[in-house]
Amino acid sequence: MSAITRVTAGIQHLGRRVIDGTSRLGRATLFLARLVPGLGAVLLRARLIVQQLYMTGVLTLVIILVSGAFVGMILALEGYNTLVKYDAQSSLGLLVALSLTRELGPVLTALLFAGRAGSALTAEIGLMKATEQLAGMEMMAVDPLVRVVAPRFWAGWIAVPLLAMIFTAVGILGAYVVAVGALGLDGGVFWSQMQSGVSVTNDVMGGLIKSAVFGFVISWIAVFEGYDAKPTSEGVSRATTRTVVSSSLAILGLDFIMTAFMLRGL
Amino acid sequence: MDTTIKSEPLVAVRGVSFFRDGRPIFRDLHLTVAPGSVTAIMGGSGAGKTTLLSLIGGRLEPHTGEVQVAGEVVGSLPRKALFALRKRMGMLFQSSALLTDLDVYENVAFPMREHTRLPEALIHHLVLMKLELVGLRGARGLYPAELSGGMARRVALARAIALDPMMVMYDEPFTGLDPISMGVIVKLIRDLNDALGMTSIIVTHDVSEACTIADYIYLLGDGHVIAEGTPAEMQKTNSPEVRQFMAGLPDGPVAFHYPANEYMADIRAEVGS
Amino acid sequence: MQMKSMEFTVGLFVVAGLLALAMLALKVGNIHVLGAGQTYAVTADFNNIGSLKSKAPVTVAGVRVGEVAAITVDPITYRAVVTLDILKKYRFPRDSSASIVTAGLLGEQYVSLSPGGSRHDLKNGGKIRITQSAIVLEQIISQLLYSKAGHS
Repeated sequence: MSAITRVTAGIQHLGRRVIDGTSRLGRATLFLARLVPGLGAVLLRARLIVQQLYMTGVLTLVIILVSGAFVGMILALEGYNTLVKYDAQSSLGLLVALSLTRELGPVLTALLFAGRAGSALTAEIGLMKATEQLAGMEMMAVDPLVRVVAPRFWAGWIAVPLLAMIFTAVGILGAYVVAVGALGLDGGVFWSQMQSGVSVTNDVMGGLIKSAVFGFVISWIAVFEGYDAKPTSEGVSRATTRTVVSSSLAILGLDFIMTAFMLRGL
Repeated sequence: MDTTIKSEPLVAVRGVSFFRDGRPIFRDLHLTVAPGSVTAIMGGSGAGKTTLLSLIGGRLEPHTGEVQVAGEVVGSLPRKALFALRKRMGMLFQSSALLTDLDVYENVAFPMREHTRLPEALIHHLVLMKLELVGLRGARGLYPAELSGGMARRVALARAIALDPMMVMYDEPFTGLDPISMGVIVKLIRDLNDALGMTSIIVTHDVSEACTIADYIYLLGDGHVIAEGTPAEMQKTNSPEVRQFMAGLPDGPVAFHYPANEYMADIRAEVGS
Repeated sequence: MQMKSMEFTVGLFVVAGLLALAMLALKVGNIHVLGAGQTYAVTADFNNIGSLKSKAPVTVAGVRVGEVAAITVDPITYRAVVTLDILKKYRFPRDSSASIVTAGLLGEQYVSLSPGGSRHDLKNGGKIRITQSAIVLEQIISQLLYSKAGHS
């Protein structure tokens, strides 16, 4: 009997999770629809977006630069060790460039951004809600969706593709330093192989499109979770965690879908 | 003063019912606020005082009845008109609700920057004037985190009157303040009301402060007005509810015990299960 | 003043992002390699191109002189027709030959040109007649195996 009740409870739990998840998705979509007019209105006040670009983009730059350089250097070492077995180390530049432009640049940047800036966005908006700052704005006839949420959304959306490009470029430079400096590869071969194999329209633009999609999704999740948070310290901390978890899952899932579409489209 | 109180009310709450999670907060609530007056709305914790301010400010909509402010029905206003009306209302939150990323000066300037295109020099004059009124001109460079509770509330008050509103709503303005800060706020509310010709609505459960500055008092309980009158009338009344509240008695018509089963029966039920 | 320095930093950030994109397009990708009008096209027919792809390099003595522009199949001969874009500053005799070779054992395939001795140069739209197809690893291996089997 207890086994049956346990199974029943498990199924019930699963059902509740599905319903919860679906209703969250619905609320997030409605929130986005409400946000759209604000996204247009705030464009007239570029200064607010610049301010948020500083908070989200510039302050994430250091971690992006460091991670990008290390990822590039690791790729060069690992790639060299494998390629040299087949006497194909001249393709190292190509290997590194393709991995970074198509996958690692956009995806790792998005994951780092979700952890560094996305969580901060959620916490900030959630705290403004908990301390009645958003309600205060509403009573001052200022729409918090325009004044607070929209500039943060834009800033996140703009920052991620820029950061991804920087990550990729720094990664390739890091790989170049290791390949030419430490492993003794010829610099000319490194670049020329890369140029022959990397397509600007497919690989570079594909990466750019991916990172733009990631930027949109992370910003959307982050501002929604903050705005939707329970106005208590516990609610805000839960919302922050949810932002990181949901955006990471969304990034990886969307990456798979987009990669499948892009490879088929070629 | 009598003549102003008799004129058309600035705020009129007519037959309002409001439910939260199926639980009634208000049932057929009626009250009016005369222009130029200081009106105190009192009641125990959970009597829906803050909800009432949200209804007046249009952040919530009543389920039945209507709330009129300056002749307009707040609940059914389109967003634009509602925002236009809110520019003429100030609100002081219990938590002050100052914007934490702006300093005192910018917090007071915030409504002006959002709603007007005044030149910077004029904004500067206006902000200093408002800060002077609350005695915090010298604190203009501080951030909200550096302010004491009383100072934060005074800054919030300066911000609430930044656009010279027709009325200001105070949500528990006396809570959590030391006696000196409390005295300052009490004096400020009365002085600003009279000097700037505003109307003030104070939601509070502090009996003595309310009696000091209010022209008229509403006592809320059980979802409707259980007593109203001038402070003097309220002090003199024989109604047991009012007496209990005004004198702060632990037991009376508002029972000490939350409604429950008979005590011994409850205990036996626990043991029996 | 604080706002100004913030604006400046954000400006730098945006410029850095755009520069990174430019680097990816120009240095990593191949947008600049052959500008339009700086090249002439010649074709070469191969029996088998292996895994040659368009944009693969065309080299002479290991130096890059152009790239593969297009690969099609001749509907009559069923041979692969490879169009090569070659930089105008390089001229080659008409009897030059082209072969498809592999960088390393498993590396990228590219086209290697060997200059002939003719006095006439290849012109735009010209054709390289002497070609050597790609070496397909599987074919070599199977040949090796069958010849071994034949001997035993």
